[in-house]
Amino acid sequence: MTAMQIVFILTAVVTLFAAFRVVTTPNMIHAALWLIVALFGVAVFYILLSASFLAVAQVIVYIGAIAILMMFVIMLTRREMRDRGPQTGPQWKWAAILSALLFGGLVWMVESMALPAAPVGDVPESSIADLGKALVSPNGFVIPFEVASVLLLAALIGAVYVAWTRRNS
Amino acid sequence: MISLDWYLIVAAALFVIGLFGVLSRKNAVAILMGVELMLNAVNINLLAFWRYRAPTEPVGMAFAIIVFAVAAAEVAVGLALFIAVYRRFNSVVADDINLMKW
Repeated sequence: MTAMQIVFILTAVVTLFAAFRVVTTPNMIHAALWLIVALFGVAVFYILLSASFLAVAQVIVYIGAIAILMMFVIMLTRREMRDRGPQTGPQWKWAAILSALLFGGLVWMVESMALPAAPVGDVPESSIADLGKALVSPNGFVIPFEVASVLLLAALIGAVYVAWTRRNS
Repeated sequence: MISLDWYLIVAAALFVIGLFGVLSRKNAVAILMGVELMLNAVNINLLAFWRYRAPTEPVGMAFAIIVFAVAAAEVAVGLALFIAVYRRFNSVVADDINLMKW
C-alpha cells in the first residue's frame, strides 16, 4: 500500500461518513457542518486527482459560499423545525432500498467495465494556464462559459426578486 | 497507484447517499444538501475520467467548472425560493408546501 492509497482510503471514509451524517442527523445546523466536512473531503479528492485549481475553487465556491448560504437559510427558517423528532418522512425505507439498489447497480457496472489502473500520462505543468485559455478561446469553451455567466446573472436577479420583501402588500 | 474504479465507487457511494437524503428528508434545505452531495459525486467522476483518460486536455476541468457554476446558481435560486415559501407558509417542510399538488 502506497501513501497515496492510504490518504485515499482515509479521505473516502471521512467523506462518506460526513455525507451519511448530512442526510441522517436531525439537527440541521449539524447537517450543514457535516456538509462542510464532506465538501472538504471532495476537495482532497481533487488534489489527489492533481486538479489543484478545482480544489481551491471547491473550497471557495462550495464551502465559502454555498455551505455558508445554507447555514444562513437554516437559521432564518428554524422556527418550524425544532431539530426534534424524526427528520425523515415515512418513505425513508423505500428511499434506502432504492439507494442500495442503485449503488449495487453502479458498482456492478463499474466492475464490469475495463478501466485503466493507472493514468495514461501526467498532468502537464501548464494545465491551469491551458484551462484558462480554453475557457475564453473561440475554439474552446467560450460559449458554455458565457452561457454559465448569463445563468449566474439570471439566478442572481431571480433570487433577489423571489426573496424580495414587498413593503406595501 | 490508485486505480480508476476506486474513485468511481466512492463517487457512486456519495451519489446514493445524496439520493437517499433527497428522497427521505422532510426539510427542504436538507433536500438541497442532498442535491449538493450528488453534484459533488458527479464532479469527482468527471475529474477522475479526465485524469485517467485525457490529462493533457482541459476538457474535464472545464466541464467541472460549468457544473460548479450551475450548482451555485441552483443553490441561490433554491434558497431564495425557500425564504419566500417560508414567509408565505411559515414552514420549509416539503410535505406542507402542497399548494400546487393536484
